Amino acid sequence: MSKKETPELNASSLADIAFLLLIFFLVATTMSTDTGLARMLPPIVPNNQDDAPPIKERNVFTVLLNFRNQLLVEGEWVDVSELKEKAKEFIANPADKDNLPEKQETDVPLIGTYPVSKGVISLQNDRGSQYQAYLQVQNELQAAYNELRDELAKIKFHKSYADCSDAEQDAIKKVYPQRISEAEPKNYKK
Amino acid sequence: MAKFKKGKKNAQQKLNTSSLPDIVFMLLFFFMVATSMKEVTMMVKIKSPEATEVTKLEQKSLVSYIYVGKPLNSRKFGSEPRIQLNDSYATVDDIESYILQERENMKESDRPKMTVSIKADYDVQMGTITDIKQALRKAQALKISYSARKAVK
Repeated sequence: MSKKETPELNASSLADIAFLLLIFFLVATTMSTDTGLARMLPPIVPNNQDDAPPIKERNVFTVLLNFRNQLLVEGEWVDVSELKEKAKEFIANPADKDNLPEKQETDVPLIGTYPVSKGVISLQNDRGSQYQAYLQVQNELQAAYNELRDELAKIKFHKSYADCSDAEQDAIKKVYPQRISEAEPKNYKK
Repeated sequence: MAKFKKGKKNAQQKLNTSSLPDIVFMLLFFFMVATSMKEVTMMVKIKSPEATEVTKLEQKSLVSYIYVGKPLNSRKFGSEPRIQLNDSYATVDDIESYILQERENMKESDRPKMTVSIKADYDVQMGTITDIKQALRKAQALKISYSARKAVK
């Protein structure tokens, strides 16, 4: 009596059901989490309002991208790989040069008074530029900001920017605000 | 020797598959957790551009997508880059109403956080993208994200 084996439940169809569900999820879902470069577009300006207040020449870092995907940075032909260093030098202006942006002493929470640069990066592209080239430029500019922020975080808070708390990140963002301005599209006649 | 003979008689023994459902369920749960539902069927070919400084898009429910690329069915639709909104081809003029509609579908409190992700093929000309950006500005959808893959160094 007691030696009788316990009857096994027939679970063979359970596998079928599970496979069915599995295949459904394999087909109906996607794996990829979306990643990208986040940007804010400027709000549209009414037509009657004229251009923005003039900015001093030394405070503007012009980046032009033509239809052959070539870069003109501050009047010089530059390769994309050099753009980051140029942008970093422009934003930080470590040697306080005359031709690089002015700085303004600003009170920043957690950091104290810090000379914040007034520099603006102006990016203009041709309608014929390749999207990849454009994104590369955006990426390098972003990289310049990220590296500067990271360096500052290491000096002030002794940790990388990504490890800083929200308040600390906000403070660093105040020191290095991301100012990438894209020119209004213009129509040039051929 | 006798023992071997005995074994041969039982050759038709059943394979024990009782752990198979467990394994399959494990896989099933993995896919349920790690994936998300497909939003649309792609009608354009997109090979994402690469970038190193990408950030993740946080809340999927706040994101609307605009796809730009060459049509998959190039014999029927040509090889000029097209814009895809939801499940159909569209023009730049449709973007404004699309954004308004997407915004309408969102919760009131989420509307300011709405993000538009531009998923464009790496080879698209910037003219199209500029037009889209102008349309987005008109629609007051200012938070955008240029979709890109994380480049492997």
